[in-house]
Amino acid sequence: MSEKLSQKERLKIPPVPMPEQDPEVRKRNIKEVPLGYTEEMAMAEAERCLLCKKPPCVKGCPVEIDIPGFIGLVREGKFHEAAKVIKQSNLLPAMCGRVCPQEDQCELVCTVAKGHKDVRMSVKIGNLERFVADWEMAHFPDSHLDRLPPTGHKVAIIGSGPAGLTAAGDLARLGHEVTIFEALHRPGGVLVYGIPEFRLPKAIVDREVSNLLKMGVKIVCNVAIGKSKSIYDLFREGFEAIFVGTGAGLPVFKGIKGENLLGVYSANEYLTRANLMNAYEFPHRSDTPIIRGKRVVVFGGGNTAMDAARTALRLGAEKSYILYRRSEKEMPARLGEIEHAKEEGVEFLLLQDAIEIIGDSEGWVKEVKCIKMALGEPDESGRRRPIPIPGSEFTIPADVVVVAIGNRSNPLLVKATPEIRTNRRGNILVDPETMQTSMPRVWAGGDIVLGAATVILAMGQARKAARSIAKFLETGVWTQPNLPPA
Amino acid sequence: MGHKILSNENIAPSVFRMVVEAPEVAKYKKPGQFVIVRPTENGERIPLTTLMEDRNRGLITLIYQVVGRTTAGMALMEPGDELCDVAGPLGQPTHIEYFGKVVAIGGGIGIAPLYPIIQGMKEKGNYIISILGARSKHLLILEDEIRRESDEVIIVTDDGSYGEKGFVTDALRKLIEKGVKPDMVIAIGPAIMMKMVAEITRPYNIKTLASLNTIMVDGTGMCGSCRVTVGNETKFVCVDGPEFDAHLVDFDEMMKRLSAYKKHEEESFVAFYKENKEKLLRKNVEVRRV
Repeated sequence: MSEKLSQKERLKIPPVPMPEQDPEVRKRNIKEVPLGYTEEMAMAEAERCLLCKKPPCVKGCPVEIDIPGFIGLVREGKFHEAAKVIKQSNLLPAMCGRVCPQEDQCELVCTVAKGHKDVRMSVKIGNLERFVADWEMAHFPDSHLDRLPPTGHKVAIIGSGPAGLTAAGDLARLGHEVTIFEALHRPGGVLVYGIPEFRLPKAIVDREVSNLLKMGVKIVCNVAIGKSKSIYDLFREGFEAIFVGTGAGLPVFKGIKGENLLGVYSANEYLTRANLMNAYEFPHRSDTPIIRGKRVVVFGGGNTAMDAARTALRLGAEKSYILYRRSEKEMPARLGEIEHAKEEGVEFLLLQDAIEIIGDSEGWVKEVKCIKMALGEPDESGRRRPIPIPGSEFTIPADVVVVAIGNRSNPLLVKATPEIRTNRRGNILVDPETMQTSMPRVWAGGDIVLGAATVILAMGQARKAARSIAKFLETGVWTQPNLPPA
Repeated sequence: MGHKILSNENIAPSVFRMVVEAPEVAKYKKPGQFVIVRPTENGERIPLTTLMEDRNRGLITLIYQVVGRTTAGMALMEPGDELCDVAGPLGQPTHIEYFGKVVAIGGGIGIAPLYPIIQGMKEKGNYIISILGARSKHLLILEDEIRRESDEVIIVTDDGSYGEKGFVTDALRKLIEKGVKPDMVIAIGPAIMMKMVAEITRPYNIKTLASLNTIMVDGTGMCGSCRVTVGNETKFVCVDGPEFDAHLVDFDEMMKRLSAYKKHEEESFVAFYKENKEKLLRKNVEVRRV
């Protein structure tokens, strides 16, 4: 079929939607929302790709996956080969297919989307990546990358989120002896404490982790480097190089009155209780409680805010609100997350901002005092600045409030390691080519460098760092890094 | 990869001393730091005190009081069983140096985290006056250990069954009124006790530290569950503390926050208690609420 179609005909094929759980059903369970393509659906969607000679999508991908290469193979039904193509650039495709902001990356610049002047008409690259990864998982569950003979070099990775897992995989493949240190009891970082099951099933993270274990990577949980022991201790234990991938786990609060009332959560705490600690199951199969609000107000407009608002529904909320100070157009969340939240009944209170949380006599949240906003001139972020409208204050009754306005880089390790230089926001300064930090034999990547960014950017940085670490282990030479100004 | 339990001994009604394998914690733990324990697969993460680390054998000693489902479950564990996770050491170590005269005040289970701090302070040559309080004689823990490290020990019980009758705050007030001028006071115990201690020392401008026992989840500064207001700033007890200047801590807010899951805890504890009543009674677990 593929040979016969002209480019024009391909442009006319409508996108293949991915089947999903019905909103009314899924908002009361924690299972994954999109159900995945069948082989036929994937092959049909792959027909839409023009297999551009100079594919803009590859440039749009932070790790430059050979997108036409793998989609061409999907079109021919060669799914295992397609998986191999993706894995040359991306070790964690099952995750990226699910959580990447494709509409800001590969799908944004897709020629098909340009032809329709609508990003929603793009080839569903994310869906296809996910399909290929899941297909491989189902048919070749033990497929893990071979590793070169042991080199005897010891590398420590701090943090087991997207950056740490990627760096570990790349270095283990080269035969280095890799040990990951994780502060929590379960590896995965934000993939297990932050992103909910209904968006990224834990089984997928667990599989990637078990692949690393098969490659000989050691994972030590329950150790917070910077508190439990230091980077200096790791060097004393014989590690020759250290990669820091400790992420952006420091919750930001608004700094308004009432944020310490009972029933007010950081998004991190709310999602960690629900997600990592399974508070959905309290008191039967989990001992970790969570306040199940009837009226939940979430501050923020990013993916985490959507995750929290949708989690609230799954915990039985009657009303779940997103309170965002700009308009929907400025929301940083993925389009898909915004759509999913709306379908499930999350209500969007736009151009409104919380100015105070009001409590009852016992110290519990009772209502949120808000003010209406108008959009002014664009600010440094390029988005139009929200300006409060005087005299427009009003209140919303609420029994749980979740603050999801962002995270900053995790300060634990940096505070304990003065040699590692950071910028004013606490992000580690690195050489953009090599990811070396100011401290010899220490590299960093992911959100600890970027601030709160994306899984795929974290992985891209981790790969760069792994290449530089490998070179260092081979030559033993630490070249002076080129650090940006603080 | 669990942590093997070597002993789990009842030392006072509802209070247990558990010796468990945790070589990394034993090696790195400093006074003032704590661990987060997740006893079972479905378990909650709870902050606990460790003391008397044995570096050579890789052992730590946890002292805990049965206050809910999770600690009740721990009370029923036997030597040979394993704790699923012991994370740490976490938190800021106590700043230990020579201050001069240090008054160390421990109330109830708070005596346990106080003990390693007293040891550290004694090593630096401080003169230690320990004030230990309990509801009743049989609830007093670690008396012998603390006597060994202290220059003076004052014991008070609520019911007068041992030492002086009254509260630790009465003993502290008497001490100061008698003319003793502490260079530093450290108080660890129930929030209300620490608040009262701070009120007594405030007019005298005596440097006073309190070690806060807030609710935690990750214990690494990630969730903010443990946040407290200290001098009008929000601080995370797990990474900025657990010790803070007691004169700056908003104890009223902290006490409210400690009650966040009271109903949940009661619900899950009552269910567990009903199932395990006989066993818990045999282990000397006192139940006041059920």
